[in-house]
Amino acid sequence: MTTFLGMPARAPRGVGHLRGDEPFPVAAREALANAQLRRNLQHATTTIRGKSGRVIAELPDWQELRAAGSALKAYTMANLPLLLEQLEEKVTAAGGVVHWAADANEANRIVTDLVRQTGERRVIKVKSMATQEIGLNEALEAAGIAPVETDLAELIVQLGDDKPSHILVPAIHRNRSEIREIFLRAMPGVDPSLTDNPPELAGAARKYLRETFLSTRVAVSGANFAVAETGTLAVVESEGNGRMCLTLPETLITVMGIEKLVPAWSDLEVFLQLLPRASTGERMNPYTSMWHGVTPGDGPQSFHLVLLDNGRSAVLADEVGRQALHCIRCSACLNVCPVYERTGGHAYGSVYPGPIGAVLSPQLTGVADNASLPYASSLCGACFDACPVQIDIPSILVHLRNQAPHPRTEAAVMAAAAYMMDRPKLYASAQRAAKLARIAGRRGRGLPPPLNGWSASRDLPAPPKETFRDWWRGR
Amino acid sequence: MRIALFATCLADTMFPAAAKATVLLLERLGHEVVFPAEQTCCGQMHINTGYQKDALPLVERYARTFDPYEVIVAPSGSCVGSVRHQHAMVAGRNARLAARATSVASRTFELSELLIDVLGVEDVGAYFPHRVTYHPTCHSLRVLRVGDKPLRLLRHVRGLDLVELPAAEQCCGFGGTFSVKNADTSTAMLADKMRHVLDTGADVCTAGDASCLMHIGGGLSRLRTGVRTVHLAEILASTEGRAA
Repeated sequence: MTTFLGMPARAPRGVGHLRGDEPFPVAAREALANAQLRRNLQHATTTIRGKSGRVIAELPDWQELRAAGSALKAYTMANLPLLLEQLEEKVTAAGGVVHWAADANEANRIVTDLVRQTGERRVIKVKSMATQEIGLNEALEAAGIAPVETDLAELIVQLGDDKPSHILVPAIHRNRSEIREIFLRAMPGVDPSLTDNPPELAGAARKYLRETFLSTRVAVSGANFAVAETGTLAVVESEGNGRMCLTLPETLITVMGIEKLVPAWSDLEVFLQLLPRASTGERMNPYTSMWHGVTPGDGPQSFHLVLLDNGRSAVLADEVGRQALHCIRCSACLNVCPVYERTGGHAYGSVYPGPIGAVLSPQLTGVADNASLPYASSLCGACFDACPVQIDIPSILVHLRNQAPHPRTEAAVMAAAAYMMDRPKLYASAQRAAKLARIAGRRGRGLPPPLNGWSASRDLPAPPKETFRDWWRGR
Repeated sequence: MRIALFATCLADTMFPAAAKATVLLLERLGHEVVFPAEQTCCGQMHINTGYQKDALPLVERYARTFDPYEVIVAPSGSCVGSVRHQHAMVAGRNARLAARATSVASRTFELSELLIDVLGVEDVGAYFPHRVTYHPTCHSLRVLRVGDKPLRLLRHVRGLDLVELPAAEQCCGFGGTFSVKNADTSTAMLADKMRHVLDTGADVCTAGDASCLMHIGGGLSRLRTGVRTVHLAEILASTEGRAA
């Protein structure tokens, strides 16, 4: 491991899934042209939005809960080193083993070595953003270990050799007929007469997964929360697959971002109200599993907790950007985002898509490695209103844009515009409508790139005969 | 009341009718309007595109130009939003400028805020005999929280047939330089906004922001829909003898 003096390190290149192959506008263009994807996304986000909105409206104290969630996370971030040490102490005392991973490479090495030590060649996985972030599945496969995703949507993604496109509903871009085709192609032992009837699809997955649960001795999970005070880990899920993974195997390895901490047991009361309503639109989460080290004779007899930094300390060092670490991965911001609804998650290039991804991914990698993401928003603010822990995503986007590398021509134009706008006389003469009209051509169709992106689908207004300023002077 | 007008660079240059209407409306209501000539732009485009350093002189200029006035109005939710929520941030460590910016921001109002919260008027005596739908604009709605103020003003306009815009709270896709940097995504958002506008059967789409209207209107015009965009100020300034 490298020792860093000064600024903490960002997530390393060449490992994991935080960087896309293409800038957002290019990737988005492809997604926008995919009619099936557009329809699937529009249907799914509209449905979740409606459901979540209805159950949130039932709570008279929703705004107070949001404020409490925000305050608890701010407290946690302000005391993170102490709380992490407290967690380590409590987990160790309860029979668990704590590992500290500075980055994706280190975390992958730790998990791979732990699995190797068991002699097993297959692991079952609970859906986990942290392990997707670090590319753990690829690392395990490279070591000859087969990871099996057990969350239904994550399994669809894995069998389809695809990438997740949503934090909570990773196969949101797929519809049932596509899922049937994937199962028929890639699910071991699938019944060839499978139809696209949802209960039948779920039944096929259940049959395959049950066999896998009962015959696999190592599980890998993420964590939604870790309680520093008690050393308790918590995973919330809807399908019961998590419960199986967390209780049946002999060895459990949990990979958790260091920001998933809460100080006290009673703090879960706030987050377990916020999370299900904001994410799936449920009043209470269906399966909430909590465990505490190792219990002799009950559940996994070997428990390892891998605490992952991978750029998080660098995020914490940024006064404005650190709010992004408050995220509880509910994906409410994705479901309300007009950009996400139309482009889907793959366009963002990172496992963290949507508004939260646009502020988290560039901070984990350094803004230069994800320079187009802070611009993947119209700053409409719907995400801020929807966030159950009140992350001011639009302000972080603006903050990151200020740090992003700017195209040289754009920077020159911006500087010239600011120079002119700080000189009212120069500004007034530049304003003359006739000049603007000459540059723009008829209704804007003569605009040069990149401004012709506007005129491709919109007219420019006809230039007025006189500016307001001129009218005022002539009154 | 003596009210200073911040015309905004966009209305001043491209949509003078919105700024003129603001003047005529306020004068009709018996107020004195002044236009400080040193004003230019609030700097929002620079701030939101990542050029806070370039925006700093514009933030200073805004604070200096409007500091002498008790009440300032702008016919734009997003420019007022920038003044109120971004100017002090851009001032940063310059504590004197930050304090001045905060003070001026507290006296800067979007038009519907000025009319209802400061002047206490909902019926401005306007006449506008058209079928109209109102797009709330993101920054009026979620940054300034103007709520239903524009609708309350519109409901009192004689002759006006107000029709509700479906999915009104969804962004039109403008987002300043977003519409250029992410032109395709912006267009996809605009397509849905236009569909909703057309579904209402309105012949006029109004809003409190010339920029969003430029975007929606640019699309409606390109497709020759026959629906026009008119700024809220123009509707409120219209009277029986003088139409917008």
